[in-house]
Amino acid sequence: MPETLLFSLFSGIAIVASALVIGQRNPMYSIMLLITSFGALSALYIQLDAPFVAMAQIIVYAGAIMVLFLFVVMLLNAPQEDGAEWDRAHPLRRPGVSRLGALLAGLLIVQLVWALMRATDASTAVNASGDVAAISSVRSVGRVLFTNYVFAFEATSILILVAMVGAVVLAARESGR
Amino acid sequence: MIPLGHYLIVSAILFAIGTAGVFLRKNLITILLSIEIMLNAVNLTFVAFGRAQGNVDGQIITFFVMTVAAAEAAVGLAIVIGLFRHRESLNPDAFTSLKW
Amino acid sequence: MDQATLRFVIQLLIIGFTFFMLINASALLVLAERKIMGFMQQRYGPYLVGPHGLLQPLADIVKLLFKEELRPKAADKWLFTLAPIISVTAAFAAFAAVPWGAETTFFGLLDTPVKLGVADVNVAVLVVFAITSMGVYGIVLAGWSSNNKYSLLGGLRSSAQMISYELAYATALASVIMLAGSLSLREVVDAQDGFWFRVIPRWYLFLQPIGFIIYAIAGVAETNRAPFDFPEAEQELVGGYNTEYSSVRFALFPQAEYINMTTMSAVATDLYLGGWHGVPFLDRLGLGWMVFLVKVGVILFTYIWVRWTVPRYRYDQLMQFGWKWLFPAAVVNLIATAALILYFNA
Repeated sequence: MPETLLFSLFSGIAIVASALVIGQRNPMYSIMLLITSFGALSALYIQLDAPFVAMAQIIVYAGAIMVLFLFVVMLLNAPQEDGAEWDRAHPLRRPGVSRLGALLAGLLIVQLVWALMRATDASTAVNASGDVAAISSVRSVGRVLFTNYVFAFEATSILILVAMVGAVVLAARESGR
Repeated sequence: MIPLGHYLIVSAILFAIGTAGVFLRKNLITILLSIEIMLNAVNLTFVAFGRAQGNVDGQIITFFVMTVAAAEAAVGLAIVIGLFRHRESLNPDAFTSLKW
Repeated sequence: MDQATLRFVIQLLIIGFTFFMLINASALLVLAERKIMGFMQQRYGPYLVGPHGLLQPLADIVKLLFKEELRPKAADKWLFTLAPIISVTAAFAAFAAVPWGAETTFFGLLDTPVKLGVADVNVAVLVVFAITSMGVYGIVLAGWSSNNKYSLLGGLRSSAQMISYELAYATALASVIMLAGSLSLREVVDAQDGFWFRVIPRWYLFLQPIGFIIYAIAGVAETNRAPFDFPEAEQELVGGYNTEYSSVRFALFPQAEYINMTTMSAVATDLYLGGWHGVPFLDRLGLGWMVFLVKVGVILFTYIWVRWTVPRYRYDQLMQFGWKWLFPAAVVNLIATAALILYFNA
């Protein structure tokens, strides 16, 4: 069944790439792997009849946010080795706090899977209900966005303005002093 | 037909990976990247639930999450640049003193 | 052969033809660029290889293929190899969503018409925009992985430049999308069919002159062409992001650039110049794609013309222009368009 095959392929890519993101020493590689993961997620969105979200995912995340990350890594020319000079262990294999972190992440997975097992409608097909043409059309997304969610939409504009001012203030060199 | 549960499991695994990254890594850039993974996992849940409900609200919330992610990345990276100027390091352990 | 097989074969042929034309376009553009430059500088340009230098691109390709491939010792092995591949893949992939001809039955060969173009996507504008914005990674990674300060500067400049001009570019696109009421390039083109007063073609160029100018300027900046060729600025940065590249890896960068130019021109033709419409006689025959090729050629000629006429700006001028003039102009254009659409629809 091609649908299931594609789903497994892209979710596999997304998961493996994300896992590698946190296993890399070099932030540059992490960023490239994360872009791969975003691409795979965008394919999953297309399977979920959300082409507009899929494209926005690539344009906003991969095309803008990740370029920003890349820009900062290049600008700082950051040392790729995190941790102290004497600490040559792989970042995920350091003792101490890492064990706690692994424990907590493992707990989280167990908890989420447990919650999912108890869910009643988890086994219903995801695209069983609704009109595909209406859900995947940009027109209907826009209509709902600018009617039901117009307040939230306007609020995000203020959020972006604040973020912009904040970023400029934080990153600008203190020339006055 | 792919059941809704499969999407939720993928999303849960991604979220756990993101959480693990925040806990385990000692590099501010990687920690920010892990937060992006978590936000994306949540996005996938929203879109999957929206599709299962048969409406577009899930997609719309995804746009808001993306906006927040963009704002977060901009401010977060500005903070990283500021910190790096002071300490020449990206290790969060280097920023333990409150005042310098 | 039954209809279904025939249809499949023809669709494969269309995809192959698109790919073939893109490769040819990049080769021809190299030659055209040198010929036109020669003409503008009152000299011949290449004319030794083949008649009037027509085989010059072939000679260039052979030369580049047989050169030694060098990789600096300090370069990042993986990303150094990956960068040109990303560049050229993104360039080719972006064209997949661009339609270049009307539906046709090939003079009655098929019983249902087939669409000319690789894929017909209902969010084609966004697809093209998304994939072109991936191209920046090729340049940025090439700059970073070379481990050379000039390359790094080229990559940094490229990332900042492309983010800045993408905004104006997208805003200019949005105005056209509002006019057409669709994100599908095919529907945008079909909305431009016909004539006003029987003379003026219904192109969005005449409804969106400012938008077209903004699109053209941002498009030149997006493809890193002079006068915005800061990532490679020979006089300042040696060769910019591709300083350390040689042989085939080097050849992929200019190829990506020329294919990006072609995509940019093709999208401009679809959005502003009515795509394959404009000559009703050819339209009726199903040969509208010839008109399309001519229009793309005209825009590409302008591209080259601009490169050899306008000197390069300074980097701060580029940023000033992008953020303080181009983007505000695009926003004003968008708001004015929206207001006029509301006024005329009410």
